[in-house]
Amino acid sequence: MALEVDIRLVQPGFELKLAYDFSDQGITALFGASGAGKSSLLRVVAGLEPAARGRVVFGGEVWQDEQIFVPPHKRGVGYVFQDARLFSHLDVLGNLHFAARRSRSSQFDNVVQTLDLAPLLARRVDGLSGGERQRVAIGRTLLSDPRLLLMDEPLAALDHNRKADLLPYIARLPAAFGLPVLYVTHAVEEVARLAEQMVVLAGGRFLAAGGVGETLARLDISEASGKFEAGAVVRARVVAQDEKFMLTRLEVAGQPLSMPGSQVAMGEELWLRIRARDVALALERPVGVSIRNILGGVIVDITTEEHTAFAEVLLDIGEDQALRARITRASVAELGLVCGMRAYALVKSVSFDRRVLPKMV
Amino acid sequence: MSWPDLAPLWLSIQLAAVTTVLLLLVGTPLAWWLATTRAKVRPFIEAITALPLVLPPTVLGFYLLIFLSPNSAIGGYWRDVTGTTLTFSFTGLVIASAFYSLPFMVQPLQSAFEAVGRGPMEAAASLRASKLDSFFTVAVPLARRGFITGIVLSFAHTIGEFGVVLMVGGNIPGQTRVISIAIYEQVETLDYAQAHALSLILLIFSFVVLLAVYTLNRRAPVRVG
Repeated sequence: MALEVDIRLVQPGFELKLAYDFSDQGITALFGASGAGKSSLLRVVAGLEPAARGRVVFGGEVWQDEQIFVPPHKRGVGYVFQDARLFSHLDVLGNLHFAARRSRSSQFDNVVQTLDLAPLLARRVDGLSGGERQRVAIGRTLLSDPRLLLMDEPLAALDHNRKADLLPYIARLPAAFGLPVLYVTHAVEEVARLAEQMVVLAGGRFLAAGGVGETLARLDISEASGKFEAGAVVRARVVAQDEKFMLTRLEVAGQPLSMPGSQVAMGEELWLRIRARDVALALERPVGVSIRNILGGVIVDITTEEHTAFAEVLLDIGEDQALRARITRASVAELGLVCGMRAYALVKSVSFDRRVLPKMV
Repeated sequence: MSWPDLAPLWLSIQLAAVTTVLLLLVGTPLAWWLATTRAKVRPFIEAITALPLVLPPTVLGFYLLIFLSPNSAIGGYWRDVTGTTLTFSFTGLVIASAFYSLPFMVQPLQSAFEAVGRGPMEAAASLRASKLDSFFTVAVPLARRGFITGIVLSFAHTIGEFGVVLMVGGNIPGQTRVISIAIYEQVETLDYAQAHALSLILLIFSFVVLLAVYTLNRRAPVRVG
């Protein structure tokens, strides 16, 4: 484990308290609602919160404990801020040089190429679009030759298309620069697209952690993501392209599933996100309904939401995969749903997110 | 109208230049501290820094006269070390002027540093720049308009000082007889022609300086590097 954190940060009306060992491989998502303490945690790791108490150790090197506090500029941490924070008194090239001069990085050409920065070099910072600013900010951070990359919602200020443009650049970073990345976000899409591991925070506390698929599928993260976003991520394999009906046929936990045709190769492994509110339950495999995607499984958990009409049911569909269904408490009572009972999840085809993309491995 | 004696003008310019350099050295760290500290004493220091704005120059000059005189601890130490007195000397005038013009350097700088904020400094730290490095390569260039304003105002304010100089420096030609004192004396001795000449120079100078400041403040930020 590369980054060990055991810290406490008290601010007016907020306390962050967390002990966790982060992976030094690939992208780890720090996930949670706003105010969960994600950004504060990044700031503590970067050394930007001197008021934080506790221990921060990276690669066996103590950055902070009772006696030691390594200042931020000596930690070798790259920090990509939500608002880019480019230096407005320098042009793009000047911003990149600011970092490269101090790290003596030899990666200049590599970074400029990876992030397509060449056309921007002579531009003024003020004239850049949001997406361009973030690309420059990421490039600048990489040129500081960091050992650990912290990204604080780098896409939050961008519109949907700009996000989609920038995602592939970010996904490439760990492999291209051999860097572990801690990526703060509250968007499930970004987690599913970028991260292998995730850590979920809520109210300044650890809530859950693990592989992205399992963690997103677990019920208890709904507090962090909000009810609306609650859902499950499942692994699927492409088995056929149906030209006639314009459908892509997939297999999830050995069960068939189809979604509107998309440009994916046969045999390819995909992650799909299925929102809890798009899943209905039936006790027997229904016939005579328009819904085509019906997955059988066993109910393993039922959580009723206090003071609402709703409950969430976790359905094990095999191969360690699970779906979540958000149904009314009245339905739970009427159908007599209990744990261990066999049930069928009715998933609307149209609910598959077009943005769900192939998983980078 | 005879050509005026320009020695007092030249002395004023020297005094203002030395004072401005001294204020840059002292005022910059003070302004940075005021802009970034969360210490509880901050309002006290701010109030002390702003005192010369409201105090009559005679009051400030009176206290400085007492603290700089050879009978005081500071003035006495200075006399023991250098063999000269601080009162009624150019050095004493520099010290007095520095106090008198302090807010004109510190306040623009403090506002400029506050406008820079923590963001760029944190970004610089994450890019391996030490605090001192970040200060000179990020904070100073971003706060350059504050520096220009502070330098110009300190210089101009020192040129225009009268009461403090009169209290601390007196009227010694070549030593402490600055332009405002010279004009005062010329008026007292009814030498209106000389007073007119020097006053006009000062009037034009002050106007040009203020015009420069307001023009600079209006113009889009100058790019560096």
